[in-house]
Amino acid sequence: MKTHVEARNVVKRFGPTVALNGASIAIAEGETHALLGRNGAGKSTLVSILTGLQRPDEGEVLFSGEAAPAPADRDAWRRQVACVYQKPTIIPTLTVAENLFLNRQTDSGMIKWRALRAKARELLATYEVDVDAEALAGDLDVEQRQLVEIARALSFGARFIILDEPTARLDGPAIERLFVRMRALREQGVTMMYISHHLDEVYEICQSVTVFRDARHVMTRPVDGLPHDDLVAAMTGEATVAYESRSRTPGEKVVLSSAGLTLAGRYQDVDLSVRSGEVVGLAGSASSGKVGVAETLVGLRKADSGTVVVNGARVKPGDVPAALKAGLGFVPEDRHHEGFAPLLSVGENATIPIARKLGRFGTVSPAKRRAKAVQLIQDLDIKTEGPDQPVGDLSGGNAQKVVFARALVDEPTALVVINPTAGVDVKAKQALLGAVEDAVERGAGAVVVSDELDDLRICDRVLVMFHGRVVKDVPRGWTDHELVAVMEGIQP
Amino acid sequence: MTTLTALTPRLRLARFRDLTLVPVIVLLLIVGAFLDPIFLTTGNLTNVLQQQASISLLVLAEALILISGKFDLSLESTVGMAPAIAVMLVIPASAGGFGLGLPGMLVIPLCLLVGAAVGAFNGFLIIKFQLSAFIVTLAMLIIVHGLQLGPTEGKTLFELPESILYLGSATWLGLPASIWIAGLLFVAGIVGLGYFRVGRSLYAIGGNPDAARAAGIRIDRVLWGVFIVGGMLAALAGVLETGRLGAIGSGQGVGWIFMVFAAAVIGGVSMDGGKGTILGALTGVLVIGLVQNILTLKGVSGFWQPVVYGFIILVALMISRVAGGKAQD
Repeated sequence: MKTHVEARNVVKRFGPTVALNGASIAIAEGETHALLGRNGAGKSTLVSILTGLQRPDEGEVLFSGEAAPAPADRDAWRRQVACVYQKPTIIPTLTVAENLFLNRQTDSGMIKWRALRAKARELLATYEVDVDAEALAGDLDVEQRQLVEIARALSFGARFIILDEPTARLDGPAIERLFVRMRALREQGVTMMYISHHLDEVYEICQSVTVFRDARHVMTRPVDGLPHDDLVAAMTGEATVAYESRSRTPGEKVVLSSAGLTLAGRYQDVDLSVRSGEVVGLAGSASSGKVGVAETLVGLRKADSGTVVVNGARVKPGDVPAALKAGLGFVPEDRHHEGFAPLLSVGENATIPIARKLGRFGTVSPAKRRAKAVQLIQDLDIKTEGPDQPVGDLSGGNAQKVVFARALVDEPTALVVINPTAGVDVKAKQALLGAVEDAVERGAGAVVVSDELDDLRICDRVLVMFHGRVVKDVPRGWTDHELVAVMEGIQP
Repeated sequence: MTTLTALTPRLRLARFRDLTLVPVIVLLLIVGAFLDPIFLTTGNLTNVLQQQASISLLVLAEALILISGKFDLSLESTVGMAPAIAVMLVIPASAGGFGLGLPGMLVIPLCLLVGAAVGAFNGFLIIKFQLSAFIVTLAMLIIVHGLQLGPTEGKTLFELPESILYLGSATWLGLPASIWIAGLLFVAGIVGLGYFRVGRSLYAIGGNPDAARAAGIRIDRVLWGVFIVGGMLAALAGVLETGRLGAIGSGQGVGWIFMVFAAAVIGGVSMDGGKGTILGALTGVLVIGLVQNILTLKGVSGFWQPVVYGFIILVALMISRVAGGKAQD
């Protein structure tokens, strides 16, 4: 098979850090090629080099055996390679139509808006994207926005697409629809590079896989017949076993419960109860209302009716401090948004909930805080220069550990975690799930809300939500198929 | 895709969001007509437009800069400094000039050049040196005003060349020339930002600079151009103001920037960039001009007028919040 895209011995430095150290990749024409690696392995840098946004310090990029276009010639690059970046590259304040033809609304002279909208509708129809061309891009949901970006990427005539963690923010059915689309593109002969933290997706959609570790190329293999453990070992550099959830017997005491929780348009009549020493999962599609319920439990949202009880005490609705005081700890859905203050240090972020215990009369003793932070860094194995490093400088997995540290610092008796392992690599994932189980072994009760089936495996039972209602209580021992069927509402 | 169909009617409405002030203008016209018989006369309304002509150019400049996601406070100082320096380069030393003896015809080109230079320097510090636009232009607001006070020693320039007085005082086809100039520039702004790639790129840059760069827009070049155009518009505003008043005082333009921001923001231009239209900014200027006129006609003390302006701004913000339906940040 012919090689479509090749990067040879690429070196890229950013100041003292070497992001790519003689890394290479070769992607055959028409294949879907996975690029795997832990956070910081150099995947994102390779993407920006393959798309021409950054120039390699050494090495070269070839498309179909020919040298890559000049860095300034964006149009030439866009005819070679299209990319759906991790960060949305859409202008939220402009319409879908204008986003599709950004900076090429017209060849010369005045823009003919009517013609542009017609062209946009045609383009959306060609790629079967069911989105209104006149809608503001900022009003689209994640999936629609991604489809618009894919349509735009392809409209330049590129036969090679990079998809950088496209599934990170999609729910199950949306991922399935994306895969259907990717298979259709592959049948049309489009070459793809697929980046993901989800190994099962790689097995499902890719033919070959390349693994990067520590800014270098480690291996390239066909996916078919490649043992799962070998792949993980290549990524981590050591043999690791898949996460084994522990067995335990829940206690009798109910630490967190809700009765008749209802929030119009999101969820209705949610009753749940979590006992000490028990992990309860909350699963469902993005529209199921599971995140809404979890956010209500911790006080980020206020339900229209119903009650939340933490440790036998009724908590004032919509009041986070009251929930924390009652003994609750939580990990929010989006760590960048509600999880940490990026400029504050690891130590400060982790100890915010217990600031009152670290000094008197509103003061915070730096020495006490430091001691506590050092202990948390050890407990959770946070890779940091020390408690004074700003959290914004940490990798995704380590930043999430800081969010966990904050949730766990006050030894909560009830723990609510939402998408605990979103955007973190294999090893961090295991550490984070371990931290939940550790807390539960110490006697806490936990609610795990997640789109990841792997996260739900640590649960003693999983409540499945569908259209705002809890439809089934699934005990441990479910199969993927079984759970997904309930989540999709295919099976009661 | 049910969510989308539900969204559609509101989105159609959103296209008219930059016209939310039109009912306010109509209301002001009706209220004004009831309050004072002079209000709705051609003479009075022309007067309103002429008074707003120079400040409207500043609003146009600020709208361009805000849409691109940047910020410029120094515009108001350029309004006084650019014509003052240009005039001093031309008039003899006896009249308070530098005594260089340059021809009087050059005064307007020189003035625009000074404005462009201020804009270019702002652009250099903000784009190339990557400093915060707010602080840079705050410092420039002080420096540029100082560059007028220093050479003039705070004195008013009275002996002006004929050419700089012309635009601000002439009448074309029955209307003051300054109204024509401001009107034409706004039309150019509306068409430029609505129908040309360069204009649309301001929205892209203000909305998401990374995406704009990925789409091949030369962000630095465009932004630099916007700052230079902004400086030149401020200098032109200075020319019109000079012609209207017949002299250049040390306080020319001072304090305008608050009204400029108020007009732009109530006209729907977002402080976060990427949002707003030139037409919207124009309606903002008109609202402020009409309110000012009504207050003056009713003999409201100049000392109390700021309180009224302040409330007008807050009310307009509330209206656009309710009409827009989204939290403002």
